[in-house]
Amino acid sequence: MAATVHYPTTNASFLKATLAVTWKDLAAEFRSRELFSAMLVFSLLVILIFNFALELDIATRQTVTAGVLWVTFAFAGTLGLNRSMAVEKDRGCLDGLLLAPVDRAAIYFGKVISNLVFMLIVEAIVVPVYSFLYNVNLFNAGLLLVILLGSIGYIAVGTLLASMAIQARTRDVLLPILLFPVVVPVLIAAVKASEGFLTGSDFSTIYSPLSLLIGYDVIFIAIAFMVFDYVVEE
Amino acid sequence: MITVQKLVKRFGMKTVLRGLDFEVQPGEFVAILGPNGAGKTTFLRILSSLSRPSLGAVSVAGYRLPDQAASVRARLGVVSHLPLLYGDLTAEENLRFFGRMYGISNIDSRITEVLEMIGLASRRRDLVRTFSRGMQQRLAIGRAVFHDPEVMLFDEPYTGLDQDASAMLDDVLRSVAAQGRTVVMTSHDLMRAEELATRFDILSRGMITASATRKGLGRSNLLTFYKKALAS
Amino acid sequence: MQSKPSALKILDVASVLALAVAIYLALIYAPEEATMGQVQRVFYFHIATAWVGMLGFVAAAVAGIAYLRTQNPKWDIAEVAAVEISAVFFFITIVLGSIWARPIWNTWWTWDPRLTTAAITELIYVAYFMLREGVEDPDRRARFGAVYTLIGSLSVPITFFSIRLFRTIHPVVIGSADPSATGTFAMVPGMQVAFFFALFAFTVIFIDLFWNRIRMGQLAAKVEQLKLNLMH
Repeated sequence: MAATVHYPTTNASFLKATLAVTWKDLAAEFRSRELFSAMLVFSLLVILIFNFALELDIATRQTVTAGVLWVTFAFAGTLGLNRSMAVEKDRGCLDGLLLAPVDRAAIYFGKVISNLVFMLIVEAIVVPVYSFLYNVNLFNAGLLLVILLGSIGYIAVGTLLASMAIQARTRDVLLPILLFPVVVPVLIAAVKASEGFLTGSDFSTIYSPLSLLIGYDVIFIAIAFMVFDYVVEE
Repeated sequence: MITVQKLVKRFGMKTVLRGLDFEVQPGEFVAILGPNGAGKTTFLRILSSLSRPSLGAVSVAGYRLPDQAASVRARLGVVSHLPLLYGDLTAEENLRFFGRMYGISNIDSRITEVLEMIGLASRRRDLVRTFSRGMQQRLAIGRAVFHDPEVMLFDEPYTGLDQDASAMLDDVLRSVAAQGRTVVMTSHDLMRAEELATRFDILSRGMITASATRKGLGRSNLLTFYKKALAS
Repeated sequence: MQSKPSALKILDVASVLALAVAIYLALIYAPEEATMGQVQRVFYFHIATAWVGMLGFVAAAVAGIAYLRTQNPKWDIAEVAAVEISAVFFFITIVLGSIWARPIWNTWWTWDPRLTTAAITELIYVAYFMLREGVEDPDRRARFGAVYTLIGSLSVPITFFSIRLFRTIHPVVIGSADPSATGTFAMVPGMQVAFFFALFAFTVIFIDLFWNRIRMGQLAAKVEQLKLNLMH
């Protein structure tokens, strides 16, 4: 073993660090699949419960599809967010991340990407299942776009708030309470745009909620990027 | 290598560190001893850049905290009593992850090197959650040493380890220190500290109240020194 | 700052007087509205309390940003004061909105965008206090409060617009300028006096409450400090 001490040859670039965090989350989840199976089972149960709670005839189904989907995603999303951040907190791993010579925001973005991937995978399963159970054609490019944009906004804010929630005593219940009132615009715009795409409406009616979604995503990613340091540092 | 002047740390209105002065030369192995609640962990967290000083000047490896924290972190290896490892990843994957976060270029060979050093080469592809506490602690040291830091901080590394594991940890610590690194370790375990460290500082009620080098102690017992320092 | 500054004492008196005058103007001076009758008088206070709610909302946002930039605890005290006042006044707004809605539309709640946004804002405030409640460290608590305030203050206006634009089933009803919506009315001069004075009076009340509440916060902080001093 050499007695000389040498320094790392390069400092991790922002992008590399972000992707490292994402890879780490995905690899760990691929092994245990705890988070993913919890989210998936929960989503399917919610869809099922909707079936029994709301006696939907074929006509009504058309109008509530967007709403039912988004309620499902919103609730399942909190499960994923909670679990994803809890892993870091429980074994002190967050400190390990903070000790690395990288910008804190890289940790944030890394987590946003991995959380987003989890959410999108769940959605990718739920949408066909719903389609199958209720005989509604959901394979609509516009709908998928809305789901993507809405999920981005939800996860961007959710990751930031989850980082705070797990540091509080009441951690499990706190995240939905913090998240839902603040993510209302995403739900409203996403449902509106989804309906628009599903009913084949004129693009001019869809344009507005779609641009609101994009605007929300941009604003909150920017804010989270600026503010994340304050949330994790001591 | 480490210079601390009049360090004050407050949590809200509670003051934990009260104007602490501390200095470590390159290559020294300093053991910080003291009763619970004295502020040892808080102090180490500040040195490791995880916590910000409320007042005072801190510099590690020539860089100021908290302004130049990123430069400090690149030269710092930290082991705490929590393993800071991901249970669902293998030993190799854990090291690879941290290697990437530190921007190490020759990761594969470095992984092999480090696993050899800590005696876990055979457990390379095993999930960390199957490791015993002692093995996790050794891997934690591997992680901390991966980027060849000049300075290492150990916060109560022997917590929860049995005799065998502690003995293995001794060996690893000795080899790590022998590589010319500067080490600061907090510990409850006076016996172990006595064997490893070159200098002993007592932290009591937020300040360093006494300091003695191994040579300075001479024949007298570390325990006696410790008790005397706390009594005053 | 042991005793109340005289400016504040004067303000206290001025607030009470202004409130009394506003009540007189609204309940007695202003003419009765043709279609809706006496219940329309609620409108003066409904808008005025909503106005105070918004003042508090903006004050909280400003204080939050100021805290994040300066880390000065006085901004945190101001933020908490602003949120509390805003929470109370939005609640009154909602209650008054219900009192108005019942006789006019035979319903306790209208999903009018402004009312709905006020309700969502209330939920954000509740979440705010729950977040603070769950954090021990005062510095962290203040930081989290400021971050959440920032997020909330950006989200609420977007929420308002999204409801207004996309929830077509629930139009703006209360006091809207749209002549086709039920519940609108034209304001004759007598009403205008009552309306604008109510806004003025409640602004004075807001400043008075805000100042008092900040003072309370500062005194509470002082008590904490004294308690800690005693313990050592």
